[in-house]
Amino acid sequence: MPNGILVFIEHRQGAINKTSFEAVAAAQQLGSSLGRDVSAVMLGADASLAVEVTGFKLSRIISGENPRLAEYTPDAYADAFEQVVRASDPEYIIFPHTYLVRDFAPKLAARFGKGLISDCIRMKAEGGHATFTRRLFQGKMDADVSAKGEGPVFATFQSGSYRAEQAERGEGAQVEPMQVEVGDVRMQPEAPFQEVKQAVDLTKTEVIVAIGRGIKSQENIELARKLATLLGGDIAASRPICDAGWLPIDRQIGSSGQTVAPKLYIALGISGAIQHLVGMKNAGTIVAVNKDPEAPIFDIADYGIVGDLFEVVPALTEEIQKLKG
Amino acid sequence: MKIVVLMKQVPNKDAVMRVRADEKWIEEGDLSFEVNESDGYALEEALRLKEKKGGEVIVCALGPQRVKAVIKDALARGADRAIHVVADDFGQAGPFAAAKVLAEAVREEQPDLVLAGLQSDDHGYGQTGVIVAELLGLPHATIVIDVDYSGEQLRVKRELESGWYQWYTMQTPALLTIQSGISQIRYATLKGIMAAKKKEIREVQPAIAAGEGEFQTVERIYLPLKQKQTQFLGDGDAKRGAAQLADKLRNEARVI
Ligand SMILES: Cc1cc2nc3c(=O)[nH]c(=O)nc-3n(C[C@H](O)[C@H](O)[C@H](O)COP(=O)(O)OP(=O)(O)OC[C@H]3O[C@@H](n4cnc5c(N)ncnc54)[C@H](O)[C@@H]3O)c2cc1C
Ligand SMILES: Nc1ncnc2c1ncn2[C@@H]1O[C@H](COP(=O)(O)O)[C@@H](O)[C@H]1O
Repeated sequence: MPNGILVFIEHRQGAINKTSFEAVAAAQQLGSSLGRDVSAVMLGADASLAVEVTGFKLSRIISGENPRLAEYTPDAYADAFEQVVRASDPEYIIFPHTYLVRDFAPKLAARFGKGLISDCIRMKAEGGHATFTRRLFQGKMDADVSAKGEGPVFATFQSGSYRAEQAERGEGAQVEPMQVEVGDVRMQPEAPFQEVKQAVDLTKTEVIVAIGRGIKSQENIELARKLATLLGGDIAASRPICDAGWLPIDRQIGSSGQTVAPKLYIALGISGAIQHLVGMKNAGTIVAVNKDPEAPIFDIADYGIVGDLFEVVPALTEEIQKLKG
Repeated sequence: MKIVVLMKQVPNKDAVMRVRADEKWIEEGDLSFEVNESDGYALEEALRLKEKKGGEVIVCALGPQRVKAVIKDALARGADRAIHVVADDFGQAGPFAAAKVLAEAVREEQPDLVLAGLQSDDHGYGQTGVIVAELLGLPHATIVIDVDYSGEQLRVKRELESGWYQWYTMQTPALLTIQSGISQIRYATLKGIMAAKKKEIREVQPAIAAGEGEFQTVERIYLPLKQKQTQFLGDGDAKRGAAQLADKLRNEARVI
């Protein structure tokens, strides 16, 4: 008989990834709706980080251990996790949707003849049945999805869909070490590093004018730069602009760029894909200019103008010039 | 060296979408299509590797006849030949089923490298490449932003979160999922377009039936619920919108 829910706790370089606690909150909510126990899974050379999780309301912490788990590789993690799943036979396995999880969890799920219900933003569990909501078309549509066929169900949650503070505290969950086998590891990681040349630090900038693919060409960036200068701010961009080499990568905002929280963020011709939003959603005031009234950027904007940025931006620049006298 | 590139056709990014009457998918009749963004970069990387190391680039795409547009463009940009898994009913396939079909379509090619995009712009599963690797028994690396195969060994640079990176040395054959921006994409030349007409496009059937290998059911799709009360300004008039916005930013939000 399948039993309970597993939640994956990710760590890297000796620290637990905070989005793991968001996954704990999601797993606990699922557990309480379905009346199931929640256990955590950690993988590593030893259980030294498990103490950071024992304070949560969990029935146990399974610590899959092998010296070859000291450093993350998808081969070692998939082998180890597979054994944990086979030994505990869970109904659901909940993960944070991190780059590390994206890297090994599809491989793990494939060993059970399935994939992940990936990058979920919400979940509803009623009458013993869970429905997951995930985004389609880079945020333009939502889909309610339910699992089909035999368990286990593998689901990943986008960062920010649950709050880490929602994770319930409890009394000393037991750590259960489990020795796991690791087969061939066919990749050899080197030490993680940051590019040194980070010339621009946008984290202290109070006003950011950010451009997206809607800007159409490199020459048009001048339009946005003029507005930024007038506001005493700086210019930034979504990924495709940096990919095209129109602006250097240190001006990219988002999950693989900088995370900023300026007083004012003006998004011009940016659709609002989640990987961009995570980098700027904590800005004080968010303005979006986009010709598509359904663009997801408007979900988080305080002020929106639906229209052509090539008309709006010159007009806005002129109006602000007037205000500034 | 033989390199397979998995390329998907997806709805155009600027497309305005309507939910289909059964609420299970969108109205496809309205749409125009393009190549999935990261897959274009995967092809570019394959072409560059071929230029350095020699060999052959084979494109593989799963989808209905319209997918030929993506295939032909790839051939025009320099791919040598293509495998088209022709299927009308895999548009909503989950990542396991899609990966199963793609893996079986390329298995007998025994490629040295398989390149996929890191994520599709429509379903956004972010999994198909990794599952293909598992089904073919290949090691993989995801979110690859640089490939160094100048020597005997394959070294790849992976993007981690918030500006961190990591190099991996990989055994080959291997599968890599490519991140956008890895290099600048070339356009097809007229010569390339002419040459493409003579290149082979082999049509094959999917190895499994639609519906097999599915572990999830889409109950309903809909426009996302708004999280914030956005004040929309100008009502379609750019000048008026700009004037109202300037006023609000100064007198309401007090940020300028
Ligand atoms: C693992 C991973 C990491 C990623 N990391 C990042 C990241 O760090 N940062 C990031 O930004 N993205 C990142 N992305 C990419 C992200 O998913 C989106 O593809 C990207 O943010 C889209 O950029 P965009 O909004 O500029 O382009 P699009 O999505 O193409 O949007 C362009 C917008 O411009 C509008 N528009 C067009 N013309 C006009 C006009 N004349 N006037 C007004 N509006 C107009 C359109 O309506 C559209 O909404 C990542 C993706 C993945 C999978
Ligand atoms: N129908 C398809 N045809 C060809 N390649 C595909 C298809 N579906 C997915 N892929 C590949 O798998 C990658 C990841 O897709 P996904 O798992 O849907 O995010 C894409 O970028 C493509 O390289």
